[in-house]
Amino acid sequence: MYPAPFRYHRPATLGSALALLAELGEGARPLAGGQSLIPILKMRMDEPSDLVDIGRLAELTHIRKEKGRYCIGALVTHARIAASTAATDIPVIRDCAANIADPQVRALGTIGGSVCIADPSSDWPALLHLLDAEIVCGGVEGSRKVGIRDFITDSYTNSLADGELVTEIQIPIPPANSGGAYLGFKKAAPAYPAASAGVQLTLTAGNICHDIRLVLGAAGPVPVRSEDIEQALTGQPLTDGKLQEAAGALVELSDPPADARGSAEFKRAMLRSLFMRAAHTAMQRASGETVSGSHDYV
Amino acid sequence: MSEPLQTVSIDVTVNGKACRRDVEPRQLLVEFIREELRLTGTHIGCDTSFCGACTVLLDGVAVKSCTLFAVQADGAEITTVEALEKDGQVHPLQQAFSEQHGLQCGYCTPGILMSSLALLAQNPNPETQDIRKALSGNVCRCTGYQNIIKSVQAAATVLRRS
Repeated sequence: MYPAPFRYHRPATLGSALALLAELGEGARPLAGGQSLIPILKMRMDEPSDLVDIGRLAELTHIRKEKGRYCIGALVTHARIAASTAATDIPVIRDCAANIADPQVRALGTIGGSVCIADPSSDWPALLHLLDAEIVCGGVEGSRKVGIRDFITDSYTNSLADGELVTEIQIPIPPANSGGAYLGFKKAAPAYPAASAGVQLTLTAGNICHDIRLVLGAAGPVPVRSEDIEQALTGQPLTDGKLQEAAGALVELSDPPADARGSAEFKRAMLRSLFMRAAHTAMQRASGETVSGSHDYV
Repeated sequence: MSEPLQTVSIDVTVNGKACRRDVEPRQLLVEFIREELRLTGTHIGCDTSFCGACTVLLDGVAVKSCTLFAVQADGAEITTVEALEKDGQVHPLQQAFSEQHGLQCGYCTPGILMSSLALLAQNPNPETQDIRKALSGNVCRCTGYQNIIKSVQAAATVLRRS
């Protein structure tokens, strides 16, 4: 399968890449690791006039810890994130990064590319919703920062303006006594998950929930979160009954499509069970246990 | 009237040999390897980044060459399955796949060999689970993975001794 012809550019600096994207306008697409974009081009779901290869821009390859956040350059690969201190400091990041697709895809695919493509089944969008990440968008006029929930507006749709690039993802570091887990189910490693769920929480003595965030992935056009459901759990002991109630209410908000990965009914059942497992793992981790989490596949 | 197709000059080192070619930007690395360089050991399986039959090493790292443009590999060192045999001697991985019946129909084997090569370079003594994880991006549709795992283990033992 061949993509439709396009013109290829490889600017040497971020500044020249932004200038070029601004000049080329709406027909141009940035090419990072290509692990989502190239399959889309091969299936001719998109036929850009120009590809601007940003894959070698050294300005976008950093992982920095500053002011209570991890700042991750848009071009950092899944494999590098999985092996970084961000993944040891924030275990949900490892759950996500180490289990995206397979080793070959993780070696090339980037966090920035994944969040920009915004495939409704992909892992980073769900995880970044769970961690309330902020997306730094650069342009010739300067850069702006936007919350993940305003960045991804629909399936395969982000709020970048023509000529803008995602340059960095900022993830707040959760406080002490926090724990999180992100789990998915997929038919094989290279596949997108049929369903995924994440829980990030902070506990006080007696397993009282001080703060909690919940997310469902592959559950509709964009990741599903609900502040109402999170609020209802805050200040409460996290009993199984309370968590089951939250799982039911959250799955009620989901709208998973029936497709080759399963019927809507199957996916809702998976979302519910993944959510419960993620919640239990998050609680164990918050109380200091080391629990390995990963996507399941047969 | 459409404009003439753009070509881009790339320099790559393939199996130790430097080569310069003009390529159309949309040419995939796997097509470049098979059609331009006539190295047909690298297979196209699913052509959708799923099966891993097209796995090659890019600067020592296993990647799917159906999901990479040849222009992106400009300046890189590419290793394909043809590099395994040296002076008429097959590589211990190839020997082990033959002896342990790891080939099965053989179609996915070039990709599996390259993923295994990348694994053993990093981890000379892998556990079964490490091998399964390293090969999770390589799909075999014949029977299963038991003999493939055995083959990688057998090759690891030989390579550790040498």
